[in-house]
Amino acid sequence: MNFGEGLTPEAFAFGLFTILTLGGALGVVTSLNLVRAAIWLMLSLFGIAGYFVLLSAPFLASVQVLVYIGAIGILFSFAVMLTRGMTNLKERFNDQWWLAGLAALTAFVLLMVGVIVPAFGNSGAPVSDQVTTTVDLGVALVSGNQYVLPFEVASLLLTAAMIGAIVIAREDD
Amino acid sequence: MVPLWMYLTVAAALFSIGMYGVLARRNAVAVLMGIELMLNAVNLNLIAFWRYLTPFNMSGQAFAAFVLVVAAAEVAVGLAIIIAVYRNRQSVEVEDVDMLKG
Amino acid sequence: MVNFNDVNYLPWLIPLGPMLAFAIIALLTNRSRLVPATSHEYGGHHPDYDGMLVPVVAPWSRVLSIVVGMAGMTAAWLMSLVVFFQGISTSKLGLDDKVFESSRNWLATGVETFRIGILVDPLTVVMLFMVPLVVMCIFIYSIGYMAHDPRQARFFALISLFAGAMLTLVVADNLLLLFVGWEVMGVCSYLLIGFWYEKKSAYRAAIKAFTTTRVADVIMLLGIVYLYTMTGTLSFRDILYNPEVLAMLAGTPALIVGSWGISAAGLIGMFLIIGTIGKSAQFPLHVWLPDAMEGPTPVSAMIHAAAMVSAGIYAIIRMYPLFEAGGHPHSGEFTLPLLLMAVVGAFTALFAATIALTQNDVKKVLAYSTISQLGFMMAALGIGAYIAAFFHLITHAFFKALLFMASGSVIHAMEHGEHHLHEHHDEHGDHDHAHADHHAHDAHDSHDAHDAHDAHDHEHGDHDHAHADHHAHDAHDSHDAHDAHDHHEIVGEPIDADDVDEPVTPHFDPQDMRNMGGLIRTIPVTAWTFIIGGVSLAGFPLITAGFWSKDEILADAWYVWSGTSSVVHIFVFVMLAMAAFLTAFYTARQLSMTFLGDHRTEAATHSGLGGPRSIISITMQLPLVILAFFAIVAGFVGVPPDFPIFGSIFAPNGNPFFDFVKYSLLTEMQPPKPPFNAIPVLVSFAVALGGLYLGWRMYGRTPLKAGEADPMTKILSPSAYKLLQNKYYIDELYVAVFVKPLKWFSKNVVVVFIDKGIIDGTIHLIARVFTWIGDLFKVLNLWLIDGVSDSIPQGIINFGAWFRRTQTGQIQQYMLWVLFAVLIIGLIFVVSAGFLQAAG
Repeated sequence: MNFGEGLTPEAFAFGLFTILTLGGALGVVTSLNLVRAAIWLMLSLFGIAGYFVLLSAPFLASVQVLVYIGAIGILFSFAVMLTRGMTNLKERFNDQWWLAGLAALTAFVLLMVGVIVPAFGNSGAPVSDQVTTTVDLGVALVSGNQYVLPFEVASLLLTAAMIGAIVIAREDD
Repeated sequence: MVPLWMYLTVAAALFSIGMYGVLARRNAVAVLMGIELMLNAVNLNLIAFWRYLTPFNMSGQAFAAFVLVVAAAEVAVGLAIIIAVYRNRQSVEVEDVDMLKG
Repeated sequence: MVNFNDVNYLPWLIPLGPMLAFAIIALLTNRSRLVPATSHEYGGHHPDYDGMLVPVVAPWSRVLSIVVGMAGMTAAWLMSLVVFFQGISTSKLGLDDKVFESSRNWLATGVETFRIGILVDPLTVVMLFMVPLVVMCIFIYSIGYMAHDPRQARFFALISLFAGAMLTLVVADNLLLLFVGWEVMGVCSYLLIGFWYEKKSAYRAAIKAFTTTRVADVIMLLGIVYLYTMTGTLSFRDILYNPEVLAMLAGTPALIVGSWGISAAGLIGMFLIIGTIGKSAQFPLHVWLPDAMEGPTPVSAMIHAAAMVSAGIYAIIRMYPLFEAGGHPHSGEFTLPLLLMAVVGAFTALFAATIALTQNDVKKVLAYSTISQLGFMMAALGIGAYIAAFFHLITHAFFKALLFMASGSVIHAMEHGEHHLHEHHDEHGDHDHAHADHHAHDAHDSHDAHDAHDAHDHEHGDHDHAHADHHAHDAHDSHDAHDAHDHHEIVGEPIDADDVDEPVTPHFDPQDMRNMGGLIRTIPVTAWTFIIGGVSLAGFPLITAGFWSKDEILADAWYVWSGTSSVVHIFVFVMLAMAAFLTAFYTARQLSMTFLGDHRTEAATHSGLGGPRSIISITMQLPLVILAFFAIVAGFVGVPPDFPIFGSIFAPNGNPFFDFVKYSLLTEMQPPKPPFNAIPVLVSFAVALGGLYLGWRMYGRTPLKAGEADPMTKILSPSAYKLLQNKYYIDELYVAVFVKPLKWFSKNVVVVFIDKGIIDGTIHLIARVFTWIGDLFKVLNLWLIDGVSDSIPQGIINFGAWFRRTQTGQIQQYMLWVLFAVLIIGLIFVVSAGFLQAAG
């Protein structure tokens, strides 16, 4: 296992973001109050955004914040509030929680031991310090021989989802 | 730089936590939150691999972007469904949606 | 192609005529409808059983059946005449191979084949003259006699069958075919004796006849079988005309009893003779013949004269060479069969004659007379007088048939007189309730027309059974009782001599001679023919056929005795002479009681066939006249050439009959012609004339008055008289020894033990076993099959019910399951890809 070069600022930032992310995740999962769960979620997503920055993907970090936290997080809040009557649950977990925990733990262990450590245990620095820029991403998304089709389809998908969500959630007249 | 595997570990942990939330939470909205966590773990994985292994190929970021889009769409529809169900059954508990019970 | 103009093939057609007639009548022309036996329409006899339905023939069917029957018989008669004339015009017919014969294969038995064929040798020729003639007369007689019987069509069918069987037997060329004819005649005798089957006594008599002859037939069949195994053939010509075969049979010791010195020929001969003893009613199997009087008179005539009993004697005449094989009776050397015949025949002749002395029923006298005469024939054959025996057979057939038919007319006349006397059928009723039936029938029938022959014909028909009938009501009349014991259960009530002295009681028996008397004035034609027949039977010297045939037997016996001092011959001579004496005596008795003197009863006074000539009276009288002619004339063909006067008239070149018939034997076996010896002739004269005179003196000169006792009772001691009148109690003996034990056995052993116990028991057992098995299967089915086959679906249902609990509808549970599956797959992947080792 390669633990890197020690405590560099990068490592420090990494650790900070880890705490944010994982802590927030735990908070989401264990929070009794759903509003709080939503907030925890937003916190966790912030951590992810930070990771993206660290990983030289600034565009994606901003998109993460704008869309995930700004839209989806808010959407969650709305949903929680709209389903208010049941927000204060006596119990958070269902009957199979321990089994689920076991399964999750097993999955994690399996991933670690079975995949990550054997395959990437000795991975080190990135291949290159030079990265593509946002411009390249933009070009890639609209370039005829790159990702313009998925891009358009994605937009179509969003349209459909939007319409669908409206239709489903609409009150029966 | 931080070794790649650390990113992967975090992603794995996040994924597991998210899975736990999906499986164990009673509230449907909470379940959706767990799903979000899982999707974010996937995104983290993608970007980490992109950065460390193929920084010149935009596929990584593009893929992550698309995942994001899909996640958004999915959350929207999911919450719409939850609201519709809530309106009908006055309950947001996953356990109460058992019409497939045989 | 068979040319029926050829006399070798013509005899095939002779039995065919009557057989066809039988088939046609039985199948086609006999149309009757059933009526209750008690109804007035039925002119027959009062039924002994309740609720009987009997057929009454339609008038057109009656006529048609008569026509068919007569046609068949006429055809047979004409063809027989053709063969007869051809036969007598062939000189030395029978010598070596000069016979008319043809045969063909019949029954293949794998190894050999039985053949069927015809043979015409001198014996056959003579029989073909006599049998069809007599049977024709009987047929003609039956037209009138049975004219009012409601089953006349059936009667004609049966007598046609009888005639056909007899003719088959006569023309047969082998023992098997002869036996076939023999047996068919047995069946016919059963059917005909029991013709009036509504009377218990009739059918009982029929069964008695059949079973008695059957006993003999079985033994005869054994003889035939043994003969077949010894010689491999049954053809007469091959066995009897063949010296080597005869010598072989005589030389081979018999099976089983050979150690007693009996040869095969002897044993076979004895068996065949036993067959004849049954069929021709010799002692001890004679018991059926008197009872056979239950049948209509034409049947009696046929059975006892022309056909059945003749068949028995004819068969042994045919087989004579076999009996003689190994011996030479004319030299006094007897073989066992010959000895048997001589002894049995002679004994029976005398035995039956003694019984006939005391019988009061006119037909019974004739029955015993028949038995006696058959004894004559058998004895004659036993001492080697082959041709004499055959001659006597022929003459006897003529006069016996005549006597029977004439007696039928007599009885008919008596009934007519009876009916005439009592016109009202109530009187008939109390007059005699047994006869009430027949009177009732008269009443219903031609109550008015009792003048007509119809009435008395009808009565005539009735009387036969009525006579049998009235012993159903025994008691009273002594003669009733005597008949009673004939017809009743074989055990009758034997007569006390005392009963004889009782006056005639109300139950009138038209057959009882004591009720007759003086009938010669009322029915002259019948009376004279009867008398002619009677004196012929008695052997009235010189002018009757009976004399010539009887004389020849006595002559032959005397001749051999005087030559060899053979004890058997003199024994036979003496016995037969005594029997002849008694024959003459009882004949004279019968004639006197019936025809001479005064009428003893009112019925006799009014008797008569009366009324204008009609078809019925002609048909009943014509045959009598014809047969009376032959009863006189038939003897003249057998006159010995050296007989004074008559010999030179009738037999200038030798005894015609003798010279014709002798060729049916091998030359070395032909009996010698006894030269004329005065002694047997004088003996014949003496016994015949003496007997007739004595009988006439006792019965005819001072005829019995009404109610007077029979003089016989004074001559014989009461116990002797009783013994004779009850026929030596032989019937009772047979009943006690055979019939009763058999009945007991049947009822108690066979029915209860064998039939119910074993047979039914076995079936019940099988049923129970199978029912039990069925139940077992049912239980098995229930438990095993149902159990298994029901538990399988139940198991599946249970499993399904358990399994559906996984479908909780809870999404998170489903997801968890999916996750687990993924983890497992992942684990497998990881392990197989070897990452763990790398990690470790």
